[in-house]
Amino acid sequence: MTRANLILLALIACIAALPLFGGAYTLRLGTIACMYAIMALSWNVVGGFAGYPSFATAAFFGLGAYIGGVLLARGMPLAAAIPIAGVGSFLVAGLLGAALLRLRGHYFAIASLSLIEVFRELVNNATDLTGGGMGLNIPLAASAGVMADATFFFYLMWGVLLVTAVAVIAVSMSKLGFGMSCIMQNETAANMVGLNTTLYKSIAFGLSACFVGAAGGVYAAWVHYIDPSDVFDILYSVKPIVMALIGGLGSPLGVTIGAFVYLGLEEVVWRNYIQIHSGVLGVLIVLLLLFLPHGLTSLRGWRLWGRAKNV
Amino acid sequence: MSEILQLQSVSRRFGGLQALRDVSLTVNKGEVIGLIGPNGAGKTTLVNVVTAVTPATAGTVKFDGQDITRVKTYRSARLGLSRTFQIVQPFAQFSALDNVAAAALFSQPGESLKAAREEARRHLAFVGLEAQSGQQAATLTLAMRKRLELAKALAMRPKLLFLDEVNAGLNSAEVERATALIHQLAADGITIVMIEHLMKVVLNVCSRIVVLHNGQLIADGQPRDVMTNPAVIEAYLGQQYAQRIGAHG
Repeated sequence: MTRANLILLALIACIAALPLFGGAYTLRLGTIACMYAIMALSWNVVGGFAGYPSFATAAFFGLGAYIGGVLLARGMPLAAAIPIAGVGSFLVAGLLGAALLRLRGHYFAIASLSLIEVFRELVNNATDLTGGGMGLNIPLAASAGVMADATFFFYLMWGVLLVTAVAVIAVSMSKLGFGMSCIMQNETAANMVGLNTTLYKSIAFGLSACFVGAAGGVYAAWVHYIDPSDVFDILYSVKPIVMALIGGLGSPLGVTIGAFVYLGLEEVVWRNYIQIHSGVLGVLIVLLLLFLPHGLTSLRGWRLWGRAKNV
Repeated sequence: MSEILQLQSVSRRFGGLQALRDVSLTVNKGEVIGLIGPNGAGKTTLVNVVTAVTPATAGTVKFDGQDITRVKTYRSARLGLSRTFQIVQPFAQFSALDNVAAAALFSQPGESLKAAREEARRHLAFVGLEAQSGQQAATLTLAMRKRLELAKALAMRPKLLFLDEVNAGLNSAEVERATALIHQLAADGITIVMIEHLMKVVLNVCSRIVVLHNGQLIADGQPRDVMTNPAVIEAYLGQQYAQRIGAHG
């Protein structure tokens, strides 16, 4: 395993200690940090490894949230609902991917973007199942107080993050990851050497949806109420891309750090510039990308490490 | 000699352009065939049709007795049909070794990455790139990238190998080196169809020449016969010149 991947696992292990240090607000931030990291790591599979710029993260986050939410509302336990949300998202994404991934570049980006709209309309119109525009109430799990709840959902999201990170690292070291890298670099050549590119791209798309869907399920249980405009928010698609670009495209450690840095920026800017926070955040992102086009992992110290490893 | 590739009345149309018209061709095992023709004759299209990158719009392609007209590119690659590209197609960020390893890995089902890298090392040594095995493909010279293409094609353990202008853009020393490699492959029993503009190379290695012109097959036979075929001379040099040669000869 490479050094960067070990650091990533160590970093995630450190985050687990968060409940020792903070109150409900810190835990809430920690839960969102884990959720963002899951999204960034997942997007990195299809966007960073396979080179397909997907805007479908929000679509599968919402899908997972509604699969999880509907199952929980019907009395299914959390331990079953979350995995089903993940697996369901994987299957839906894999099947859609086989069709969508015939498009490349901007065309694929737009097609994946439209998935959000399609899913949102489906949920809006399936009123009997999902509550439609009225939203969906998810019953409270037997509550043992505000802090206990916060801690529980923090660890739940953290667990999904851990599974995501381990899966992404395993993919990056496997034949699957090697094939995705081939596709990113030269799809024509990949096909010509006997690589089933459609299958590999579909798996990449499915994996990028799987953990995001599980995170959506956890989110639904956590906030107890979801509605289509909340979970099918296009910002959930854009943010992971910004995180990956901030941290360094393709590197699991990079995109995770990117997710944390992004959340930090978002919080600080939101707190201090409440009137113009989107504008300030936008300027900061533009500046980061202008001066660090290859992300934080391209900073000098990191680069030296990278070289040493490759020799 | 048994047939390895059979094209029956193959046509390919791109909108209003008939790139291949009713081409029938048989390739026998162990042959080295030169596929020549003026620019735009349809040589690369023929390779693309056989490998189903752009499938034939009419006719059938049979490889080793199996109909592969509409078989997906990656499947025909696994059957033992491999090619190099006129415009080299490396995995630019991979090392030379991983480029060849990718070919070994994905063309043989069940191959592990480690075994593929081992095998890749052998093929790199064969084309004389072992010193560059760790180097990023994008940083290799054109001649080296052409040889890398060849190593990739070989790592797929081809039964039939299409070489699309492996010598284009190389200097004469590099051409000689590439020609020696092709000789060696032919001696190893790999069937080769090469698209080539350098007649010196074609006459040197090919036992048979096939000529395409405007998407049609206009000659097929021994190098000497094809070279003196009036239709071929006309395709390359124009009607006037062909008549002048005809008058003199």
